[in-house]
Amino acid sequence: MPLPAFYESTCPLRRVFPQITIEPIGTPTVSEPSVTAGIDLHARQVRKFRLQDRFFHHSTQVFAFVVLATLVGILVSLTIEAWPSLKAFGPSFLWTNIWSVPDDEYGALAAIYGTVVTSVLALLIAVPISFGIALFLTETCPVWLRRPLGTAIELLAGIPSIVYGIWGLFVFAPLFADHVQPPLQALLGDVPIIGSWFSGPPIGVGILTASIVLSLMVIPFIASVMRDVFETVPHVLKESAYGVGCTTWEVVRNVVLPYTRVGVIGGIMLGLGRALGETMAVTFVIGNANRINGSLFAPGTSIASTLANEFGEADPGLHIASLFALGLVLFVITFVVLAISRWLISRSMGSEGL
Amino acid sequence: MRILNKLAQGTTVAALGLAFSVGALAADITGAGATFPYAVYTKWAEAYQTATGNKVNYQGIGSSGGVKQIRAKTVDFGGSDAPVKDAILDEAGLVQVPTVMGGVTIVMNVPGIASGKLKLDGATAAEIFRGAITKWNDPAIAKLSPGVSLPNLAITVSHRSDGSGTTYAFTHYLAKQSAEFKRDVGAGNTVNWPSNAVGGKGNPGVAANVQKIKGAIGYVDIADAMKNNMSFVALKNKAGNYIVPNQDSVADAAAGADFKVKGMAPDLLDQTHKNAWPITSATYMLAYEKGSDAAKQKSVVDFFTWSLNNGQKLAADLGFVALPPNVVKMVEAEMKKIK
Repeated sequence: MPLPAFYESTCPLRRVFPQITIEPIGTPTVSEPSVTAGIDLHARQVRKFRLQDRFFHHSTQVFAFVVLATLVGILVSLTIEAWPSLKAFGPSFLWTNIWSVPDDEYGALAAIYGTVVTSVLALLIAVPISFGIALFLTETCPVWLRRPLGTAIELLAGIPSIVYGIWGLFVFAPLFADHVQPPLQALLGDVPIIGSWFSGPPIGVGILTASIVLSLMVIPFIASVMRDVFETVPHVLKESAYGVGCTTWEVVRNVVLPYTRVGVIGGIMLGLGRALGETMAVTFVIGNANRINGSLFAPGTSIASTLANEFGEADPGLHIASLFALGLVLFVITFVVLAISRWLISRSMGSEGL
Repeated sequence: MRILNKLAQGTTVAALGLAFSVGALAADITGAGATFPYAVYTKWAEAYQTATGNKVNYQGIGSSGGVKQIRAKTVDFGGSDAPVKDAILDEAGLVQVPTVMGGVTIVMNVPGIASGKLKLDGATAAEIFRGAITKWNDPAIAKLSPGVSLPNLAITVSHRSDGSGTTYAFTHYLAKQSAEFKRDVGAGNTVNWPSNAVGGKGNPGVAANVQKIKGAIGYVDIADAMKNNMSFVALKNKAGNYIVPNQDSVADAAAGADFKVKGMAPDLLDQTHKNAWPITSATYMLAYEKGSDAAKQKSVVDFFTWSLNNGQKLAADLGFVALPPNVVKMVEAEMKKIK
C-alpha cells in the first residue's frame, strides 16, 4: 500500500535520504507471507539506519573534538611562546605599568586597563540604546517599519571593523574634538573627580572615542539578540498584562524582561566579547599610548591594538614573548567573561524555574 | 563552445611554451621584509615582468620578519630598513646592498603657520619629541623662527604606533642630537613616547592625526607628506642651513656619504652636504652569498640590476629617491658576490 502523498513529501527522513523508501509497517490488509517479508525488510532498514546513525554520531563527534583540540592547541602554543616573558616577569607582568621596548621591560597593566575600560564604557553606552531599539522594534514599531529597521540593524553588524576604524579616525574624531570635547570640558571640567576624566587637550582620538566607536559596533549585536528574545515572549502573557490595564513600560518591566532575562544577558555578553577582542577599529582611534592616564580624553591602548601594532616589527626575544603573553591575557579575560555569563545565565534560569 | 575550448587550450599551450622558454633562463623569485619599500618593489616587479617576463613577488611583512625569513631560507631575498649588523651578515653568509632611499620629514599643524616657515634645529626637535617642550610659543622655538607668531597652543606629538623603519630612522636621528632624548625615548622601531603623544597606524595614520589635531607635530616619510599636502618644518642640517625637505635634498645627503663599508650601510643621517636633508635613510636588500639555487640567485641579481638602472623614475613618482649613479655601480659590483 503506498503511503499517503503528503507523508511521502513531508517525512523528514525522505528529505534527508531521498534514496530510502519508506514502507508502511503493520498495515492490517497485508497477507501472511508478505508480513514476514515486510519484517525482514524492516530489520534490514533498521540496521542500515543504525549504521547511518552511528556514522553520523562519530563524524559529528570528530567535528566537535576538533574545536576542543584547537582551543587547547591555541592555549598551549600561546603559553609556550609566552614562556620567556612569563619566566622573566612572573605574575607581576599583570600589574606592572611599563611597556618599554628600548629597555626590554614589559607589563600588561596599561593594555589591560585600556581593554577593560573601553569595553565597559562601550557596554554602558550600547546596552541602553540596544534595549530601546529592541523594545521599539517589538512593542511599539508600526508593522511596516519593522522589517526595514531590523534589516538595517543587521546590516550594521556586517560592516567590517576597519571601516568603523577609518570612519572613526577621519570623520568622527575631528567632529568629536571640535564639537563635543570642548563643551564637555566646559560643563564638567570643574567638577571634582569627574572633571579629571575629561581633562587634557581635546584631540579627538583617545579612550572615550574608542569606547563610542566600539559601542556603535556592538549595538547591532546586542539589539538584534534582544529583539529576537523579546519576540519569543508568548502573546498571551503580554496581552493578559495589557488586559488588566498595564502600560507598555509595565508590560516590559514585569513580563518581557523577566521572561527573557537569560537571552538578554547572553546578548550583552556577546557584545562584550566582541568589544574585548576588537582590534582594527580600536587601533585607529584609541591613540596607541602604552600608559594609563586618568582622563578619558587621553590616548591609551588595548591588548588587541598593541598586538596589531607591534607584532609586525617586534624583535625576537622578550618583546615577541611579551606580545604572546598579552595574547594569553586576552584569552583568559575572554574566557572569564564567558564563564561569568554562563554562571549568570544558569543562576537566573534556576531562580526563574525555567 | 568547442571553438572556445580549443582556443583556450591553444593559449595555455602557448603560455606554457613561453613560460618554459624564459623559465630555462630565469626562475620566479620571492622576497619578503620591510614595508617601507613595498610600494616601489612591487612597482619595479610589475615593470620588470612587463620588460622581461620574469616574476618577482615581494611581501611587506616587516623588517625583522624579512631578516628572519631570509635567514630561515624561506625567501630568495629579504628586505630590511635597519641595516643588519656586520657580525650577523658574516655569520649567516649574507650580502647586503641598499636599493632605494627615502627621507623622514617633520610635519605639523599649527594654525596660521605655513609650510616651511617654522624652523627647528635637531636639538629643539628632540626636546619637542621628548615632551620637554609642550607649548608652541615656547621661547626655544620662538628663538629659531623670528618673525613667526606662535600661538599659545599645546603640542601633541604624533608618532607611529606600529613598529616601523620610519620610527627607526627618525629616533636614531634625534638620539644623535640629544642624550636626553636617547635616555627618555630611546631609538628603535618602537620607542617610549612622552605623555603628550598620540600613536597612529602607518604613515597614513600619523598623517591623519597631524592634519586633524590642532597643535600636532609628527614625522612621516616624504612620499606621504607630499601626497597629503602637509605643512613641513624646515630643519637645520649639519652645514647650518635650514632645509625644506624634497627628493633633491635627500639625494644630496647620499652624495656625500661613503658607501664603501661592510654591508654598504653608511650612516646617512645628518650628512655634511650643504643641501642635505638630515633625516635620510636607505632600505636594504639581503641575499645569500652562496645560494642553493643558482638560477634564483641570478634572478635576484638580475631583478635589482634592472630596477636600479631602469626604475629611477618609478621610484621618484612614488616619493622615493633613487641611489646616485656611482652608488648603483658599487651595488652592482657588490651583487657579483651573490652566486
